[in-house]
Amino acid sequence: MSTRLSKGGRLIDRAKRLNFTFNGKPMQGYEGDTLASALLGAGQVMVGRSFKYHRPRGIMASGVEEPNALVGLGRNARFEPDQRTTTTELFEGAETRSQNHWPSLEFDVGEINDAFYKFLPAGFYYKTFMAPQAAWKHLFEPIIRKSAGLGGVPKEADPDRYEQAYAHCDVLVVGGGVAGLAAALREGRAGKRVWLVEQSAYWGGRTPVDGGQIDGFEACDWIKTTLQELESMENVTLRTRLMAAGQYDHGYVIGLESVGDTRPGADLPRHRLWRIRAGRTITATGAIERPLAFAGNDVPGVMLASAVRDYVANWAVSPGDRTVIVTNNDDAYRTALALLDAGLSVPAIVDARETSHGALPQEVKARGVRVLEGRAVAKVLGRQQVSGVEICTQAGEGGAIETIDCDCVAMSGGWSPVVHLWSHCGGKLIWDAGQAMFRPDPERPPLGADGTAMVQVVGAANGDLTLAAVMGGAGLGACSSDEAAMMPVWQMPAGAPPALRFKSFLDFQNDVKVSDVQLAAREGYESVEHTKRYTTLGMATDQGKLSNINGLAVLSDALGQPIPATGTTTFRPPYTPISLGAITAEAKGPLFQPLRRTPMQSWHEARHAHWEPVGQWRRPYCYPKAGESHREAVNREITNTRSNVGLLDASTLGKIVVKGPDAGRFLDMLYTNMMSTLPVGKCRYGLMCNENGFLMDDGVVARLSDDSWLCHTTSGGADRIHSWMEDWLQCEWWDWKVYTANLTEQFAQIAVVGPKARQLLERLGGMDLSKEALPFMQWLEGRLGGFDARIFRISFSGELSYEIAVPASQGLALWEKLVAEGKDLGVMPYGTEALHVMRAEKGFIMIGDETDGTVIPQDLGLNWAISKKKSDYLGKRAQQRPHMTDPNRWKLVGLETLDGSVIPDGSHAPADGYNANGQRNTQGRVTSTYYSPTIGKGIAMGLVLHGPDRMGEVIEFTGEGDAMVKARITDPVFYDKDGEKQNV
Amino acid sequence: MSDAVSALQGATHEGFVTVAEAGLVGMLSIRCDLTSKTLLKALKAHGFPKPEPRQIVEAESGALAWMSPDELLLICDHAQAAQLARTLSEALEKTHALIGNVSDARALFRIQGAKSDQVIMKLCPADIAALPTGEMRRTRLAQVPAAFWRSGPNEISLICFRSVASYVMGLLEISARPGSELFETASPSS
Repeated sequence: MSTRLSKGGRLIDRAKRLNFTFNGKPMQGYEGDTLASALLGAGQVMVGRSFKYHRPRGIMASGVEEPNALVGLGRNARFEPDQRTTTTELFEGAETRSQNHWPSLEFDVGEINDAFYKFLPAGFYYKTFMAPQAAWKHLFEPIIRKSAGLGGVPKEADPDRYEQAYAHCDVLVVGGGVAGLAAALREGRAGKRVWLVEQSAYWGGRTPVDGGQIDGFEACDWIKTTLQELESMENVTLRTRLMAAGQYDHGYVIGLESVGDTRPGADLPRHRLWRIRAGRTITATGAIERPLAFAGNDVPGVMLASAVRDYVANWAVSPGDRTVIVTNNDDAYRTALALLDAGLSVPAIVDARETSHGALPQEVKARGVRVLEGRAVAKVLGRQQVSGVEICTQAGEGGAIETIDCDCVAMSGGWSPVVHLWSHCGGKLIWDAGQAMFRPDPERPPLGADGTAMVQVVGAANGDLTLAAVMGGAGLGACSSDEAAMMPVWQMPAGAPPALRFKSFLDFQNDVKVSDVQLAAREGYESVEHTKRYTTLGMATDQGKLSNINGLAVLSDALGQPIPATGTTTFRPPYTPISLGAITAEAKGPLFQPLRRTPMQSWHEARHAHWEPVGQWRRPYCYPKAGESHREAVNREITNTRSNVGLLDASTLGKIVVKGPDAGRFLDMLYTNMMSTLPVGKCRYGLMCNENGFLMDDGVVARLSDDSWLCHTTSGGADRIHSWMEDWLQCEWWDWKVYTANLTEQFAQIAVVGPKARQLLERLGGMDLSKEALPFMQWLEGRLGGFDARIFRISFSGELSYEIAVPASQGLALWEKLVAEGKDLGVMPYGTEALHVMRAEKGFIMIGDETDGTVIPQDLGLNWAISKKKSDYLGKRAQQRPHMTDPNRWKLVGLETLDGSVIPDGSHAPADGYNANGQRNTQGRVTSTYYSPTIGKGIAMGLVLHGPDRMGEVIEFTGEGDAMVKARITDPVFYDKDGEKQNV
Repeated sequence: MSDAVSALQGATHEGFVTVAEAGLVGMLSIRCDLTSKTLLKALKAHGFPKPEPRQIVEAESGALAWMSPDELLLICDHAQAAQLARTLSEALEKTHALIGNVSDARALFRIQGAKSDQVIMKLCPADIAALPTGEMRRTRLAQVPAAFWRSGPNEISLICFRSVASYVMGLLEISARPGSELFETASPSS
């Protein structure tokens, strides 16, 4: 059993005890502990169940590569599954919970899967449960989904806050080990703007544990003085707890910083996503130790050799009293020395090599440890914890020579450089046969925009595994023990029979074994990428940090080809999982999207307006009174506007000024009708089409002066149309003298609409708004009741109507003044739905209702707004193409239901017969449909085949469910056909 | 007009820096050939020298910023903006130019405090540490366009569109919350 040692532990502060729980059981650790070291220190070796077979699992590693020891952390809204205990810092009150078992960690019903392992090989779901067909969806899949998987999903919204930050530097150094420190020091001394980031809370990487000398100093002293020098440099920024997740093109690097993880509930951002623009990245990301593939290599108590000595040295945790070390290299002997120094027992070192005569093995042998050469672990004994190992020859088939009792197994299969950041943007790897690993190919780095290397790699990440090699790369002297050559071991023992291979795990998190990869090879999978997906090797949340190299070595062996011929799978960001909250950052709740507010927004809010989103605006849909439904409110607003006077907040309308000697010519190209001939002081309705002839925007244009026009656009179209104008001016007609300015937000605009509109405005005084002074489709500027106003006599409702534009700062005051002055006239605000119904009653089209990107003005009977005189306008040529002039194009008509009901939105009019796809033929569709309180029944507009030629004909539209609605084809203008009301 | 109000009516927020909406400010958008002698003369008459690309130059009656190769932004007193627009338009009557009064289309914020840069760093991809005094950066703030410059010791002025002033205040407020400073000192390496 694991336990806390009475002394030592360079990272823990024994004066600060921290309480936490595991599955409800109270435990204690120290400040500086990770959850993993605290669990081991408290004697908890088994911490979870595996993904597929529900096998007991323990802590295997001491860093980001940990595949097994994931727990649920926190509770309720702050519950988060799959937290890696080896990198999660312990904090007071941490609640942890083991995963993937029922009813308990110790007794798990799902463990039965382990007994049936033969029926659950790689790709079993492709092969089994084939019949009956329906059973897959309703029986097998739900059961498999329930039994497989990791942690649960939190059921409440995340209460924490997250943020992002941008950083810029000349050089980004990733990894705060000795290689990264040396690189940062060199770049810092050269005056570069340097960021040095380290994913853990500590500097120095493995070196403080593994020891050695750098530049004539003890390694720990060198780290300390180097840090001091870096901290003193103005041009160097040091960050711990910041994991560089991905390297992207143009020197863009994403990093995740842990800010408030250990203080849940504090008013802090939990994570911060750094978006770093680096001139160059130096990756000093170290290497990860590989497991060995022997039977039972997943039993709790089997750990990486480096992790075992990390726990002893860093956190004063003994993973077991008696540790058997199994290795193919000299480095693992360091673990023996660390254990011996801590007073623990090492019953044997099992070395797969025939001889071990390096300096470290000599030292270990000299201390009386049994070293079994040419030997292997045949299998691990024990289920919920290691109880011993059976020893065999590495060359043989696993026949046991002896059994050694132990409670921990420390394994080392060699090391793999962390090449992720090098590889993300295309850096290539070469196979280093001597160290049995892929390492960066210096000849083929990822290239930046200038064609030179964007990423450099130093230290163990570059395959320099010894301290002397690492520091030699940085131009510094260092000494560490010489190491003899390692021997690649991909399967232990070499001739392991199926029974052993079935229990030799490659990918611990996804439960992929040697036998699975060999099966995939037998079934014809040759590509490593296909094998990965078929077996799920390397596809878990650890992304195969421990399994990939072992897996592809086994695959290569099964395919009878050298490892470099098989190659690696693709390295993709993020290096370790990053929180979705950090990607979202501030963009949630009220800041999810910018919400554009008109100057009168607070007035609408105070009247409890019901909202309609229009682009990023929210406009009042209607203003329901107490007890009133939305439809009742809309009807009231319409009736009031048509009989008294209504106010509409039209501030969102686009307002673009176009000015210059060529402005008239420019607008004649943009609009389908003539704008250059519009007299100063007058307004004209215009249509805008894109190059393909389709209608894209409309609005009223007012001529302000000889060389300037004000173009109103739709609310949603203002920015798009302004960009459209600038695009033509900057890219196509660059020599035309035209300037534009988008003044949409400069003005609050209020539509004062209804038979009493003039009466209301006259009360404000200051301007003559009589029919003679301001006729229909003209505008005037002046002081209206003390406001700086530009008044347009235009109507979208068919009523007497004025649109009054004032500077936005005066908008609310004018609105309130109109409301106050018009009380006895029955003035009421109306919303966008009333606007829509009233325009439909008048047969006016709405961009986005009558148009959908496939409709041309001619379809809508708007030929009167298309100039015949102009030689060209945007869309003209397209509108002359045969498909556009086809007499069978559906055309706009009005529709009146016979029974007075409202045709459902989006309804089609079926026609006889079926098309080639077996779908019912259609002869039309509804584009706008409303209840008209003015007419007293349902009215609609629609596009109908030969519609204008079929006036009075009754056709059927699809209704609710199977019902059909009969409607008569009419003129689209339902109300005041002669326009007498708007022209008074 | 006594009832004229800015978007947030001078709202302020105290975080690890102070964030304040600056109330009504005059702004004119000037589109013209920036080498036009008529333009430069008209601006000089009001005390404004010509800003070089990306520059913002301060004058007694306000500031003048370079926005693009054919656009300037003149910042002045709100009460004087309309008259100034008329005066400049008249001076440029025979020149191809567009003077737009955009005073009410914008909101102006002041971020004050030694760590003002850190608030910008959280919201904006621009390299604020490399921004010299006298330069205006046009960029984005989270999801909306913005422009800012160093308007005084430990002060950044920031312009956005009026309709999104509440959104921008929300961004600045959350980014300036005490405890979320990016660095203990005012700025990282520069």
